[in-house]
Amino acid sequence: MSVRDKRLYLEDLTVSFDGFKALNKLSLYVDPGEMLCIIGPNGAGKTTMMDVITGKTRPDSGTAWFGDSIDLLKLSEPQIVAAGIGRKFQKPTVFEQLTVFENLELALAGSRSFLKTLRARISPAQRQRIDEVLEIIGLTEQRRSLGRILAHGQKQWLEIGMLLMQNPELLLVDEPVAGMTPHEIERTSELLRSLAGEHSVVVVEHDMAFVRSIAKRVTVLHEGSVIAEGDMDKVQNNPRVREVYLGE
Amino acid sequence: MLALVAIAVPVLNQAVPASSALHLSPFGITLIGKYLCYGMLALAVDLIWGYCGILSLGHAAFFSLGGYAMGMYLMRQIGPRGVYGDPILPDFMVFLNYKALPWFWYGFNHIAIALIMMLLVPALLAGVFGWFAFRSRVTGVYFSIITQALTYALMLAFFRNDMGFGGNNGFTDFKEILGFDLHSDRTRVVLLVITVVALAASYLACRVIVDSRAGRVMRAIRDAESRTRFIGYPVESFKLWVFVFSAVIAGIAGALYVPQIGIINPSEFAPINSIEAVIWVAVGGRGTLYGAIVGAVLVNYAKTYLTGAFPEVWLFALGALFVLVTLFLPRGIIGLVTARSKDK
Repeated sequence: MSVRDKRLYLEDLTVSFDGFKALNKLSLYVDPGEMLCIIGPNGAGKTTMMDVITGKTRPDSGTAWFGDSIDLLKLSEPQIVAAGIGRKFQKPTVFEQLTVFENLELALAGSRSFLKTLRARISPAQRQRIDEVLEIIGLTEQRRSLGRILAHGQKQWLEIGMLLMQNPELLLVDEPVAGMTPHEIERTSELLRSLAGEHSVVVVEHDMAFVRSIAKRVTVLHEGSVIAEGDMDKVQNNPRVREVYLGE
Repeated sequence: MLALVAIAVPVLNQAVPASSALHLSPFGITLIGKYLCYGMLALAVDLIWGYCGILSLGHAAFFSLGGYAMGMYLMRQIGPRGVYGDPILPDFMVFLNYKALPWFWYGFNHIAIALIMMLLVPALLAGVFGWFAFRSRVTGVYFSIITQALTYALMLAFFRNDMGFGGNNGFTDFKEILGFDLHSDRTRVVLLVITVVALAASYLACRVIVDSRAGRVMRAIRDAESRTRFIGYPVESFKLWVFVFSAVIAGIAGALYVPQIGIINPSEFAPINSIEAVIWVAVGGRGTLYGAIVGAVLVNYAKTYLTGAFPEVWLFALGALFVLVTLFLPRGIIGLVTARSKDK
């Protein structure tokens, strides 16, 4: 086996539901610290791909490796989270009746058992980590606010913050700016760009302006396979992409 | 508040002369004791329902099991003073032609073993039942329904004479506890004080749990269960721990209830009792712990009054109360009070 230096390797993944191929020999790589955007029409297999990476769906064939040594197809969902893959779902779900600070506290790395959490105290290092993340997601002032009173955009950032608490090497972000105001979109774009570098970030998004603002590399999915890859301009000028996705 | 009860009741009963208007009758002591036991049951319900989102409609089953364990001890204490005078067998066994004590009655003449069983039996039942239910991801209304079925099944089982638990008559005619006459005022007062202490201790234990990180995880489970699972918490194990702990509190409440009331029979398992406990919590204020206790005391006080004054009205009043609280006071009486104080 050659020396591998990618963060994530997906090779020849095929997933079919009742004969419909949601993924069809999909191959895709993510570099360490890279920001990759994935676009594609509905049913292109974007969500299924995320499901395979996080262990929610098992592929019929193909391989999925996280770094050089971790075979994702052999791990359960919680093990994949523990290995360092965080996923942000489309619909923001934060704990509404807990404060922003408490939301982040629960996401802290550490023992998850009942008896351990019964006696758990926040260490100074952990408090510092929470403060750092509050700073990154721009919610320092809202730290004592309940989750339910946050604006839509703030909930999304809090959820990203909860992922960051576990310091994942790979962040999967599903449609982060759906339903956001232009100002919130701008803030989200800044936030995600600041995360790339330290983390690998994979974003699935429909909003083209947003994709253009954050991504160096764009991958286009169609019918479960990659049909184009490259920077935004190159992808947008690809005739096959124009045909299936941009509707020309 | 509880301390006040613990001090006032003995004084009013023992020190104030019987002729005074302030004298507390033995009946009054028993009533207060009953309310406080119900307060403990409500506390147990609030811990799992208010904080963990598990609506158990079978919590009276754990209460009754604790009560039965205490009842078995008290029956053994009667000894040869029963109507039939058998030194070992309780009256109902003689009546039903038992020749020897069933094996599961062994040891209940020792208070220590009886006390362990009061804790262990509710805990075991909750543990096994909860393990199957939570592992199969039975949640919401389905869980509520099977807890109703559980308490109903236990009621039918305890109604049978050959179960060895006294059939539909249950246990009664208790004489003494630890050698103290159950009918003396002094014993009643001591039992009440023990109840107050047990209630306060349970309240503090619940408070410690809900204020810990585990308590925040419980609320997270209540509000977004799959999200909690996704960030790595073993949701089923949390639910099981809390459910078992809550069942133990209910069991202790039942064990304290029986010597004060003087009877335990299968109707304690009736599904309506568990539903009433949920109503107390809703009326008092779900998810506050002290609201549950307040609700239990107030609703039961109203019940004592209404069933005495207008017996036929009580069930309608209870139903109306639940509807009104659900519609207009989603956070119960406590919610009403805290909303007022915030407005200022």
